[in-house]
Amino acid sequence: MATYNLKINGKIRQVNVDPATPLLWVLRDHLDLPGTKYGCGVAQCGACTVHLDGTAVRSCQLPASAIGKQAVTTIEGLSAKGDHPVQKAWLEHDVAQCGYCQAGQMMSAASLLKTNPKPTDEEIDAYMSGNICRCGTYLRIKEAIKSTAKK
Amino acid sequence: MNTTKTTHNRRSFLKTSLLSGGGMMLSVSWLSSFKSADKLQTLNLPEQSAMLNGYIQITADNVVKLLCPNPEFGQNVMTSLPMIVAEELDVDWKNVVVEMGPHDNTKLGAQFTGGSNSVRMYWKPLREAGAAARHLLRQAAAQTWNVPVEEVTTKAGVLSHANGKSANYGEMAGKAATLEVPKGLKLKAPKDFTIVRKSKKNVEGQKIITGKPLFGLDYRVDGMLIAMIQHPPAFGMKLKSFDALQTLKMPGIKEVFSLKLYEDGFEQGGFDTRTFNDLLVVVGKTTWEVMNARKKLLAQWEPVGDTKDVMAGRGGKREVVVPGGLESTSTQLEKMQELSQKPAQQLRKDGDPETAFQHAAQVIERTYNAPFLAHNCMEPMNFFAHVTDEKAVLAGPLQAPGWIEPTLSKILNLPADKIEIQMTRMGGGFGRRAYGHYLTEAALISRKAKAPVKLIYTREDDMTYGIYRPMYTATYRAALDANKNLIAFHVKGGGIPEHAIHANRFPAGAVENYLAEGWQIPSNITIGAFRAPRSNFNAAAEQSFLDEVAEAMGKDPIEFRLELLKRAKENPVGKNNEYDPDRYAGVLTLVRDKSGWNKPGNEKYNRGVAAYFCHNSYAAHVVDIVTRDGQPYVERVFSAMDCGIVINPDAATNMVQGAVVDGIGNAFYGALTHKNGAAEQSNFHNYRLIRHNEAPKSIDVHFVENDLDPTGLGEPPFPPVFGAVANALYKNKGKRFYNQPFQNEMDKRM
Repeated sequence: MATYNLKINGKIRQVNVDPATPLLWVLRDHLDLPGTKYGCGVAQCGACTVHLDGTAVRSCQLPASAIGKQAVTTIEGLSAKGDHPVQKAWLEHDVAQCGYCQAGQMMSAASLLKTNPKPTDEEIDAYMSGNICRCGTYLRIKEAIKSTAKK
Repeated sequence: MNTTKTTHNRRSFLKTSLLSGGGMMLSVSWLSSFKSADKLQTLNLPEQSAMLNGYIQITADNVVKLLCPNPEFGQNVMTSLPMIVAEELDVDWKNVVVEMGPHDNTKLGAQFTGGSNSVRMYWKPLREAGAAARHLLRQAAAQTWNVPVEEVTTKAGVLSHANGKSANYGEMAGKAATLEVPKGLKLKAPKDFTIVRKSKKNVEGQKIITGKPLFGLDYRVDGMLIAMIQHPPAFGMKLKSFDALQTLKMPGIKEVFSLKLYEDGFEQGGFDTRTFNDLLVVVGKTTWEVMNARKKLLAQWEPVGDTKDVMAGRGGKREVVVPGGLESTSTQLEKMQELSQKPAQQLRKDGDPETAFQHAAQVIERTYNAPFLAHNCMEPMNFFAHVTDEKAVLAGPLQAPGWIEPTLSKILNLPADKIEIQMTRMGGGFGRRAYGHYLTEAALISRKAKAPVKLIYTREDDMTYGIYRPMYTATYRAALDANKNLIAFHVKGGGIPEHAIHANRFPAGAVENYLAEGWQIPSNITIGAFRAPRSNFNAAAEQSFLDEVAEAMGKDPIEFRLELLKRAKENPVGKNNEYDPDRYAGVLTLVRDKSGWNKPGNEKYNRGVAAYFCHNSYAAHVVDIVTRDGQPYVERVFSAMDCGIVINPDAATNMVQGAVVDGIGNAFYGALTHKNGAAEQSNFHNYRLIRHNEAPKSIDVHFVENDLDPTGLGEPPFPPVFGAVANALYKNKGKRFYNQPFQNEMDKRM
C-alpha cells in the first residue's frame, strides 16, 4: 500500500491504495466518484475515459502510481454546473438511451474538441471509435459533437 | 414466464389503481429517502403530500411527482410512462418531477420491462390513473367552492371556475385524496393530446451527463463489501474443491467460501435460469482487491454429467435433463446439420405442400445459420444485497423484480413483505436482466457473509456465463410453378436448445401450401431472451430467403411482399395468422416511398429491404451499403414503423436508430462460440461490437400515423435489420450470405 496525493477535479485527494490499483477503481471505490464507469477493464470500451492533463485516457489502465502530479478530470469535474458545451449538446440532442457509456463518450468528445475544434466526420470516427455504445447512439453522439464544433 | 401470475397482477392492479384513488392517505415514507434529485431539492418539498393513486403525488405547494412503475434500461420509460399520466392529469410537464417507483405490484402493476410491453400494458391504466386524479381534484375544488363539478375546468395544473375562483392542484390535493373515484371516467381523444406525441427530453438527462450515481454498480452503503464469484472455466463443469490460502493472504480479503445457489429439487421459475450452481465466492473490501485476490484461487473443477432441473410451471412441476459434456461450436454445427435431415415436429400445415413441391417447376432451398450471442450490456451483471434474519434489502439492475421475488422468498425463507427490491437504472438490458440469478446469488452471499454486499461480475464473468441468444438454423424451401408463381412454402427450423420458428407469422396465410416444422437439441449452454427473441433470427433468414425468391420470380422484392400481403388480406390461407396484412403493407409502402426505392439518385448504393412483425408492431427498413476501403459499410438506412400512437417521438426515433445500429453490428460481427465447453470470447477484444466508424451516417425514421393504442418499440425494429443487411450485402458482393456473422463469412470465403 502507498499514499498518493492526487489532483482530481481541481482538488488534492489523498488515497492509500496498492500502487497497481487502476485510477478507475481509485475513483469509484475510494473517492466516491462513480461517474467514471467500468465496462471492460482492458481499455476496449472507453466507458472509463477521464482526462489526464486535459487529454482522454482509459482510467482502467492507469495505475495510481503512474499519475504523479498530472491533473485528473472526471465527468463530475468536466464543468461546475453540468454546462460544458459537450454536456449541453448531449442534452440538446437527447443522446442517451441507457446512459451508461455516455460519461466516457463525453470525456472523449471534450478531449477531441480541445485539440481539434472542427473535426470532420472521419476525424470524429477515428477519435471516438474506442468508445462503445451498446444502445447504438453513435449518430446522435456525432451530431452532438458537430453541433458543438459549430459554436 | 409465469403468465398466470402476471395476468393476475395486471388485473388486480387495474382495480387497485382506481380504488386507491379514494380514501388515501398521506404518504411520507419515500420522500424522506429522496436524496439525489436536484430539481426536487430546489422546490423545497414539504414532509407531506397527497398520494392520489399509485403513480401520482401532489404536494401542498404544488409539486407534481409521478412514479415510473417500470424499470428503465434505456427505452426511456421513465419519461414516456409519466407523460401518459401527465396527459390525462392535465399538468404542465415542466412542473413534473419523475422518480422510479418502489417495487410494489399491488400499487404499480406488473412492473416488468420486457417483450416491448411497457407502454402497451401501461397505456390504459396510466391514462385512467391520470384521469381519476384530475377528476378528484376537480371534485375537491367543486366542494370547496360550492359549485357543480362539471363546471370546474383544468388547464396545466390549475383548477378554475367561471365565477373567477381558481386554485392550483397542490391546494386541492389534500382534500382530493379523501374522495372516492367515480366509475366510467372519460379519457381524452387523441386529437386533444398536448403532451403525448410531443417530444420530451429524457427526465434523467441532466443526471446522466453529470455522472450521477444512477446505476446498480454505483449503488453503495456504508460498510458494504464487494463479492465476486469464480465460475468454472467451461459449461458442463462444476466446482470439485478449492484452496484459498493465497487468496486469503491478499490485502482487503475478508473470506472465501462456497455455497449452493439452489438446493437439490428446488423448483425453478421460468426466469431462475442459472448456469452454475456451486458458487466459489471471494468477499473483500474493494473491487480491485477482490478481482486480484480471486486470481490466486486454486480451484479444481470436474464434469457435471447429466443433471436434472426441476421446473415449476403452469402445468405443474416437471423435470428437465440438462446434458453433461463439453460442447464445441464445430460439433454443434455438425449435430445441427444431422438433425436438420431428420423428421421434425410439425408446427403448422396448410394445403398440400408435399404434392406442390413434387409438382414444382422450380424449388429454391436455402439454409441459414446464426451463432449464440452474448447480450453484453455495458454495465455488467451486479446486485447489492443486505440480508439478515429479519429482512432483505436489495438494489440493482433488474428487468422484472416481481419474477424473482418469489424465488428469494423461498430461498431466504422470508415473506415477500420482508423483501425490498429497489430498481436502479440499468446500463442496458436486452433481455439479459430478466434472469435474476445474480440477485439471488448476491442475497445468499450477503446472508453468509453477514454484511451488506455488492456482487460484481467482471466483463469476462458476464460474457462467459451464458444465458445467450440460442444458436439457430433454418432451411427454407419455395416451390414455383412453370409460370413462376409461388405455390408452396416450407420452413424447417432448429436450434440449440430451441428453434426460432413462429409458425403463424408471414408468409403463413399468404401461400396456399405451407409447412412449418421445428426441432431442437438440448445443451448445457444456457440461453435466454435476447432483444426480440426468435424473431431476431427469423427476420434474418426468412427476409433473405424472400428476397431470393422474388429475384427468381423476376419480381421487385417490395412488390412481391405486397402481393403476398394482398393475398393474406383478401383470401387468407389457414387460421391463426398473427399479423395484420394492412399494417404490414403499410410500413413497406412507407419505407418504399421515403427511401425513393427504384427511384433515380440512389445509384451509388447497394440497397436491401426487409420487413417484419413482432411484439405487436410492424417494422420495415431499406439499408444502403457502399464500399469503403474494400469493405462494405451500411451508409444510410430508412426505417418505417407502425406501433400505433407514438408517445415521445424523438425518443422513439432514438430507439429505432439504436435498434438499427444494434442489428447491423450483430449481423456483421456478433458471435459467441465454444471450444470444449469454454466460451472463446471473453471481452471486447475478441467479441466484436459495432463502433462509431461502422455505424451508418444517417438513419431516417418514419412512423405510420394512426390513432391505434400504442404497442412496443424496443424490439420490433431490430429483427428486420438483419434481413435488409443481408439483402443489401448481396447487391454489394454479388453473392448471398447465409451464415452470421457476415463479416466472418466474408473474411473466410471472399
